[in-house]
Amino acid sequence: MSKILIIAEHDGKKLSPASARCVTCAAQIAGGEITLAVFAADPGPIAQQAARLTGVAQVITITDARHAQSLAAVLAPQVVQLAASYTHIFGASTTFGKDLMPRVAALLGVPQISDAMSVESPTRFKRPIYAGNAIITVEVAANRKVVATVRTASFEAALDGGAATISAVSADAPAPTHTRYVSLSAAASDRPDLQSAPRVVSGGRALASKENFQLIYSLADKLNAAVGASRAAVDAGYASNELQVGQTGKIIAPELYVAVGISGAIQHLTGIKDARTIVAINKDAEAPIFEVADFGLVGDLFQILPALEAALG
Amino acid sequence: MQKIIVGIKRVVDYNVRVRVKPDGSGVALDGVKMSVNPFDEIALEEALRIKERGEATEIIAVSIGPDDAQQQLRTALAMGADRAILVKTDQAIEPLTAAHALLAIIKTEQPDLVIVGKQAIDDDAAQTGPMLAALWGRPQATFCSKLTINGTVATIVREVDAGLETIEVDLPAVISADLRLNEPRYVKLPDIMKAKKKQLDVTDLATLGVSIDDGLKTVHTEAPKARAKGILVKDVAELVDALKKKGLVS
Ligand SMILES: Cc1cc2nc3c(=O)[nH]c(=O)nc-3n(C[C@H](O)[C@H](O)[C@H](O)COP(=O)(O)OP(=O)(O)OC[C@H]3O[C@@H](n4cnc5c(N)ncnc54)[C@H](O)[C@@H]3O)c2cc1C
Repeated sequence: MSKILIIAEHDGKKLSPASARCVTCAAQIAGGEITLAVFAADPGPIAQQAARLTGVAQVITITDARHAQSLAAVLAPQVVQLAASYTHIFGASTTFGKDLMPRVAALLGVPQISDAMSVESPTRFKRPIYAGNAIITVEVAANRKVVATVRTASFEAALDGGAATISAVSADAPAPTHTRYVSLSAAASDRPDLQSAPRVVSGGRALASKENFQLIYSLADKLNAAVGASRAAVDAGYASNELQVGQTGKIIAPELYVAVGISGAIQHLTGIKDARTIVAINKDAEAPIFEVADFGLVGDLFQILPALEAALG
Repeated sequence: MQKIIVGIKRVVDYNVRVRVKPDGSGVALDGVKMSVNPFDEIALEEALRIKERGEATEIIAVSIGPDDAQQQLRTALAMGADRAILVKTDQAIEPLTAAHALLAIIKTEQPDLVIVGKQAIDDDAAQTGPMLAALWGRPQATFCSKLTINGTVATIVREVDAGLETIEVDLPAVISADLRLNEPRYVKLPDIMKAKKKQLDVTDLATLGVSIDDGLKTVHTEAPKARAKGILVKDVAELVDALKKKGLVS
């Protein structure tokens, strides 16, 4: 039987929606039993959220002041200590998971599957390569642990409705002091979160300034949407780095994605392929974004956006 | 600081849209333009800047790949790396094997810093940096967008999902470069000429005592599902109508 350990992701207070998506992926492993591990200084509230997720059999908490911040160098040896009783170890392919899981895999001496997008069998998974321009099926050798990051955009979040048991365990592997947390500068925002929002409005280089980028925020507010950006817009300083969508930014799957003044380079498209409906606004009718857009509108964004906002009432 | 090792991977150029072979055996690579992985160029650029600030004395570019990867190592030498090492292998290898190969090089070269790209744009795995750090028992600083070195300590700003995280690590350490760490320089013709005379050693996995881990096998390659072709709307009113019909706006 498969026993799957998911490393929960959180900000110290709340469980990340990415973890709920990992649960859905893990639940597709036939006959699997899912355990969520919460490493935190105060895991209580996070563990309670985790325990409510449908499909989770148990939640284990590892309370340790060292886990007030998530440092891969500190966490990896603890995960390895717990790993013995599991066949699969999963994390989300967020920056947290991409940092931690390869370190865990290497310590365990096994390869890792990055961005698992579908479960074919307990040892067989599909994953994208070349910015999603090809999909490979990979098979883990028999008797090796399966370590994977889960491509969150490929799985819906598991819903509440479960009642898993919560128990405290200890993981006390020596942790190095060679890596130290200093600070996090996060833009405080009460807008919907880019990675989980049902609607996203993104702006590209065409916005031409940080001031103009407010047009994107304004439309997003009207639609109750999260804000995203192309790499060009982030590089130019119109939007902050955590808003970048694409191969090397966030991979998202909203119900509605509105791309404004974005050309549609393959590196950008790979981040939005799974969006249910894509709207593109671009003055160049030949822009590649129109090849993937469900609804395209050719024209000048500086005229279209005010009109669109007005039409939305 | 003395030495910096930089990982250089030969990959399909980022402008190429790869095609999957009809028989599902892989992607078609014949005649396709190959380049240095863009993130590795950024890694190398950072190493060059550290050296130019007088904070390092030697930069070694290391590639694990086919014989043709010598081309990419020559590009790295032309950019300014002092010497290069190719670990030759004709077999596709997983990042775990690449990390073991880099570790073997590290054992002889004893660098103070290793900089790699945060991911290679062919397999998009993003594993080699953190795996190497784990095997080496040293710190990792992934997704680095700013690097400052102060004696034996490095301060790194990391691009994380929540924003920008700052961490501090003791050297030696492994850094993985993100897009906004720097903008790599262009190679000038005289530098290409000079690079031809620089030292490029070729070794292989067996010589380094590294066996290929075959714990993960690619069994099939397919093209992604295409999105259904959409429509062009003529104006804002038509767009809003279409979105209303789909229940996406009220
Ligand atoms: C290794 C690597 C990784 C990358 N990762 C990413 C990634 O994760 N995400 C990402 O987005 N990119 C990524 N890129 C960059 C990508 O290749 C493109 O350069 C980038 O997406 C372009 O951004 P853009 O569409 O905003 O700008 P441009 O390509 O310059 O497009 C601007 C568009 O705006 C339109 N326009 C101009 N003015 C107006 C107007 N007034 N009204 C309407 N339309 C207008 C133009 O017609 C054009 O189509 C990566 C590149 C590399 C090499």
